[in-house]
Amino acid sequence: MTSLVGRKRLTFSRVAIYATLLVAVAMYLVPLVVMLLTSFKTPDDIRTGNLLSWPDVMTVIGWVKAWDAVGGYFWNSVKITVPAVIISTLLGALNGYVLAMWRFRGSQLFFGLLLFGCFLPFQVILLPASFTLGQLGLANTTPGLVLVHLVYGLAFTTLFFRNFYVSVPDALIRAARLDGAGFFTIFGRILLPMSIPTIMVCLIWQFTQIWNDFLFGVVFASGDTQPITVALNNLVNTSTGAKEYNVDMAAAMIAGLPTLVVYILAGKYFLRGLTAGAVKG
Amino acid sequence: MAALELSNVRKSYPGSSHDTLKDIDLKIGDGEFLILVGPSGCGKSTLMNCIAGLEDITGGEIRVDGADISTASPKDRDIAMVFQSYALYPTMTVRENIAFGLKMRKVPAAKIEEEVSRVAQLLQIEHLLERKPSQLSGGQQQRVAMGRALARRPKIYLFDEPLSNLDAKLRVEMRTEIKLMHQRLKTTTVYVTHDQIEAMTLGDKVAVMKDGVVQQFGTPKDIYNNPANLFVASFIGSPPMNFVPLRLSKQGGGWSALLESGQDRCELPLKLADGESLEGRDVILGIRPEQIGIGAAGDLPSLRAEVQVIEPTGPDTMIFVSLNQTKVCCRLAPDAAPNPGETLTLQFEPDKVLLFDAQTGERLGVAPGNGAAGRNGTVTRLVAR
Repeated sequence: MTSLVGRKRLTFSRVAIYATLLVAVAMYLVPLVVMLLTSFKTPDDIRTGNLLSWPDVMTVIGWVKAWDAVGGYFWNSVKITVPAVIISTLLGALNGYVLAMWRFRGSQLFFGLLLFGCFLPFQVILLPASFTLGQLGLANTTPGLVLVHLVYGLAFTTLFFRNFYVSVPDALIRAARLDGAGFFTIFGRILLPMSIPTIMVCLIWQFTQIWNDFLFGVVFASGDTQPITVALNNLVNTSTGAKEYNVDMAAAMIAGLPTLVVYILAGKYFLRGLTAGAVKG
Repeated sequence: MAALELSNVRKSYPGSSHDTLKDIDLKIGDGEFLILVGPSGCGKSTLMNCIAGLEDITGGEIRVDGADISTASPKDRDIAMVFQSYALYPTMTVRENIAFGLKMRKVPAAKIEEEVSRVAQLLQIEHLLERKPSQLSGGQQQRVAMGRALARRPKIYLFDEPLSNLDAKLRVEMRTEIKLMHQRLKTTTVYVTHDQIEAMTLGDKVAVMKDGVVQQFGTPKDIYNNPANLFVASFIGSPPMNFVPLRLSKQGGGWSALLESGQDRCELPLKLADGESLEGRDVILGIRPEQIGIGAAGDLPSLRAEVQVIEPTGPDTMIFVSLNQTKVCCRLAPDAAPNPGETLTLQFEPDKVLLFDAQTGERLGVAPGNGAAGRNGTVTRLVAR
């Protein structure tokens, strides 16, 4: 057994495969490396050295300055993202449950219309959304942004859950009804615990969408309520003074870290959830 | 435990022109085992779902112990069901699966514990209680599904083709266990199957269904020996009953049929009810494989026929001959079986054969004598049992 791998000869095709993989890895990782290296350099070092050179002096001054500049907006993003992700996932699960298990007259049409939401570009809803927020008195507030993201995300989360729940056998629901479980008990006790992979898919999807959103943030928030993506843009695009690339890079890393962490923690569920139902279990 | 009564139960779906269930009338007493059997699409599962309350009926009444439950919600009917797919809750352990129904009914925890261990013991699944359904074999899942139904001690059990997902050997084992369980618990049971052997072996009463209509309702013995029509006769029995088209002749006051095998022929006098006439009718003769005797004894009609094919099954050997250009199966003891090509004398007992109208499928003639037809009759049977 020991030599099973070792015995494979180093043929031309194997070398080609590994070379291709290495190039692909480099393509993805080099920008990240450049960002990290730059963020730990001093501005002088950046001007004199090249992009990939090791910092002469390691310094966290860029990170400290970056946090001073965007730290407050980081928490804005958290305050927008966390409630919007959780509520849209829960409501999507409930919607999907109804659309898959408790068909009503016109439910197919309803689902079809809901799917349109997945294809609507952000730009299309800017005006109606700002009008609605104005009417609700939520313009330029964090709850307002939460609401916009929540509504926009519902189409996706409903689709994810509905597609998972249609693969759940009907007999399960019937058995629960005979056992005496009602609408919400069936949902909470039987279906939700089965939905962990789908929940993970929704969490990752929604988190990435909402955290990375720029357009809604720049349109529906102003000043202190802006999310970190907008703050990062403001920081990088200031034209006064010398460019502090180390601060820019550190701020970009701060803005990107949460999505990275979510992917690393929940990534395996993401793959599992996306392929769920592909093979009958 | 309860008596179950269905009267004029109808079910139709909106947008469908015909009724899925048409005026179903069935009645079973406390503790009886009712089988709903029929080919797929006959409405048997729909009827079961209606009894469970998972589907609403369009007309008629369902009564349990005299109380009308037609509009009660499933949880208020005190009925438990075992599903074909078992429908175990995948995220719960076996223990939680069995306890779920009790928990929903707010049974105290100590009582639930007691009930779960009673059921687990009964079904010999005590060692599986902490496992998840995905860690169980098909047979074990089947037991857990039954356990979930047993735990609530409901008035009625419903079984929806519970054995059809098991392999052949396990199916036979579980069939016996279900019967044993019913003999011990004496709970009123309704059992849906498309397998006529399950219907014969398990039921106290059998309802044979086709196209949403109960074709015949009676004891398994009655349905086997005295089928109401051509459909029931052909559906129940394995190997199936032989159906031979007849040429009729009228002699004196009575009718008789001509059977021919190619090398021989005989006249079979037919027994008809008073005033019944076969004038202008196409008639089909129905005879079960074990009701054809061999050898000429007494003055029963007999004829010689050439054996075309033999199929040994172990306990019996099936031989096939041709009568009136139709393949006819006879069931013989293995050591009495001839070789293909040999000639055999077949013997018929006019009392036992059934007559059907070829157009309508209706039964004609008088009912055969009770008791296993042909078994102890005058026909010499060579099946050694």
